[in-house]
Amino acid sequence: MATTEYAAAERPTIRALVRPEVVMHGLREKPGGWLEWLTTTDHKKIGIMYFFVTFVFFIVGGVEALIIRTQLAQPDGTVVTPEIYNGLVSMHGTTMIFLFIVPVMAAFGNYFVPLMIGARDMAFPRLNALSLWLLVFGGVAFYASVFFTPPGAGWTSYAPLSDDAYLPSGGIDAWIFLIHLTGLSSLVGAVNFVVTIQNMRAPGMSWGRVPLFVWSILTYAYLLIAALPAVAAAVTMLLTDRHFGTDFFDPTGGGDPLLWQHLFWFFGHPEVYIMALPAFGIISEVLPVFSRKPIFGYKAIAASTISIAFLSMLVWAHHMFTTPSPTVVLVFFMLSSFLIAVPTGIKIFNWLATLWKGSIVFKTPLFFAVGFLATFVIGGITGVILAVFPVDWQLQDTYFVVAHLHYVLFGGSVFGIFSGLYYWFPKMSGRLMSEALGKASFWLMFVGFNLTFLIQHSAGLSGMPRRIYDYPADAGWTVFNEVSTFGSYMLGIGVMVTVVNVLISIKKGKVAGNDPWKANTLEWFTQSPPPENNFDVIPRVRSLEPMKDIRREVQQASEPVGTVAQPVASGT
Amino acid sequence: MTPATKWITAATERYDAAALRSRLSNRRLIASAALAAAMLSLLALAPGAMADVFTPESGGSPNADDIDTLYKIVLYVSIPIFLLVEGVLIWSLVKFRARRGGPQPVQIRGNSPLELGWTVGAAVILVVLAVVTFIYLPGIKNPPASGPDGLALGTQVASIDQPSPPKGSSKALEIGVNGQQYLWRYTYPGSGAYSYYKMVVPTNTTVVLKITSSDVAHSWWIPKLGGKADALPGHTNQTWFKISKEGTYKGQCAELCGEGHADMRASVQAVSPAKYQAFVANKQQELKAAQKALAAQRTAREESQ
Repeated sequence: MATTEYAAAERPTIRALVRPEVVMHGLREKPGGWLEWLTTTDHKKIGIMYFFVTFVFFIVGGVEALIIRTQLAQPDGTVVTPEIYNGLVSMHGTTMIFLFIVPVMAAFGNYFVPLMIGARDMAFPRLNALSLWLLVFGGVAFYASVFFTPPGAGWTSYAPLSDDAYLPSGGIDAWIFLIHLTGLSSLVGAVNFVVTIQNMRAPGMSWGRVPLFVWSILTYAYLLIAALPAVAAAVTMLLTDRHFGTDFFDPTGGGDPLLWQHLFWFFGHPEVYIMALPAFGIISEVLPVFSRKPIFGYKAIAASTISIAFLSMLVWAHHMFTTPSPTVVLVFFMLSSFLIAVPTGIKIFNWLATLWKGSIVFKTPLFFAVGFLATFVIGGITGVILAVFPVDWQLQDTYFVVAHLHYVLFGGSVFGIFSGLYYWFPKMSGRLMSEALGKASFWLMFVGFNLTFLIQHSAGLSGMPRRIYDYPADAGWTVFNEVSTFGSYMLGIGVMVTVVNVLISIKKGKVAGNDPWKANTLEWFTQSPPPENNFDVIPRVRSLEPMKDIRREVQQASEPVGTVAQPVASGT
Repeated sequence: MTPATKWITAATERYDAAALRSRLSNRRLIASAALAAAMLSLLALAPGAMADVFTPESGGSPNADDIDTLYKIVLYVSIPIFLLVEGVLIWSLVKFRARRGGPQPVQIRGNSPLELGWTVGAAVILVVLAVVTFIYLPGIKNPPASGPDGLALGTQVASIDQPSPPKGSSKALEIGVNGQQYLWRYTYPGSGAYSYYKMVVPTNTTVVLKITSSDVAHSWWIPKLGGKADALPGHTNQTWFKISKEGTYKGQCAELCGEGHADMRASVQAVSPAKYQAFVANKQQELKAAQKALAAQRTAREESQ
């Protein structure tokens, strides 16, 4: 290759490792405009469309949540009817889980996994496009139900309420199609991630040098493959129960509603970690960069990710402590749920140790990562409280559980997602987001979130069940709900500030350059936004932090080379 | 002061960076100390005035009280962990903020004894919690015998050659609870008496509930009388309570069961055993009267035909 000669001629020995990038992309002719977006198989374009679609659903789900909170702000609320309320509850939960948090992790994975492992695309680019469009169709099929009757049995669609005898309209069917389509989308995507990560890592990137975010996406993918078939089977059985006369979940025909709960939660609990683990991965990338320290206990964090995934397959019945089940079963699921607290605790302590004695740079991604740590701890602790099954008998299906799950999914996953968004936005757009708006958004979201959900623990402890469309004034829950609703508006405003920030910065943000944060991983090696083929030369990876090595090499070379510098991919 | 001197003082203040920084960090220290003090005082006040806000409902039945105690133990174990994590977090953010000329970040990648330490520590705490749970479990799960002032139940042994009643079934009043969209129906033992929404029970008597559903999944829950028990069609679930004080205890269905879920309320009224017997007798009489009236109607209709 001509480039090798050029580099060798210019500098001998170590200097030969550093040379300007030769641009080889932009050679293929592409259709212009929207057609390019429709037909693309580029993992980065697909990733951006994933982000767009999932954030649209995030905002829709958020508006549903605000209507719910408005209805509950006062006793005997009259904003919506009970039927619409149940629809809102079902759609909010389903949207946030199946159309936002799970696929937005695929958005991050799609865009950044190939870049972080030094690959030029996903292993199966067309399959990748298929998983995006299946997601879109799933969302459209589901939201089409607002034009007839939305589903009304919650995101869990417990049988027999979800059976045709009680909810005969098509809402539940739309929900079933959503589970099937988004499930297929996730399965196809998961296989793609596994193959990509197993086979397409840069030379030198052994398993001990794989970035923790990539570890988390690999685990996410394996968990999806293990868990999704159970729910796919369950919703198919529900579909045949509803339309083809089977009685899998109907006791009058010899079926059992408990079967639904087992099948659903066998998927449903791993699903929680499917939503949480990639956020853990994002935090594990952001904290070392902004504390200017290597991640503390890399192997322990990677190992805890895997053990959490394994244990998450064994804890499903802690959602069913109040069902008529033998005590020995309850004890087993209590102990297994306790066990999962150990690797989770390890992660939290390792993150704290990463900040300890660092040199912490207060940029917006760090704010959200710290917000994640501060709130996720509460979700973890209430998780242990709920795992004590006699205590769960009091707390199950109350606002305590609502608060707990939002501390895990919002305080955990969503703060992680926002941290990742602020961290990687410069890479995706080439421009920095506004720090002032970012920090304003963080404080509004952080304070709003805690106002909304901290007090819901108390509402639950005082006996307020979840999923009720109103409550009497003499129940004593009015103050809790007023505070919670106020907080939810603040949270909503905070989210909108970030949306505005994205819209402004995408056009007018400061130009970021390749590596604005002095980060550790390979995605910062290429241009922002990266060219279609990502890397012209794939660098050889020598440590967990290849960018640190590259920056050091650039510094060591006597003549300062421009920002685009690259070691020779030895062995190529 | 002339404008010139004013400018100079302002300038010296502005450029005395060290003093400024120490004053700022002092202020931050005071602010965080105040915050910590506020949080601690909130916790100190908690057990008194705001106990109900931080702990589950209790006070109606011993199982609810035991759950409350168990919850408090788990909570008290977790509060130091919470404070430790948040404390270290806040301390790190304040102490290790990047400053110009500040100390270099320490490039450590791990510490095996430390990591092993917190792994074992977390495991030990969870073992303790498991043991505590096993200690409290029997008191929460197993119905005790009724008190001496309770309702006299038919399990008393009349003669010495009669076999003693099987273990576990001694001296408890068994009431059937049936969930239906959107009401609760209660059947009282031995008499055919039943009621809706409001259950009447005798005080100082262990009441065992046999919980069923005739349509979708519901969940029986009166917070002050202990935990939930799901009512699932095709299954019979069980829970119990034993009330010592007369009074009414309120609750509602805790599992989404359809549009009327929020209105599926329930209450338990505890009365003296004598009043309970009168209530059941009254219900039986009503039942008989209703049956009689029905029979009379039927004969009247048949005669008129």
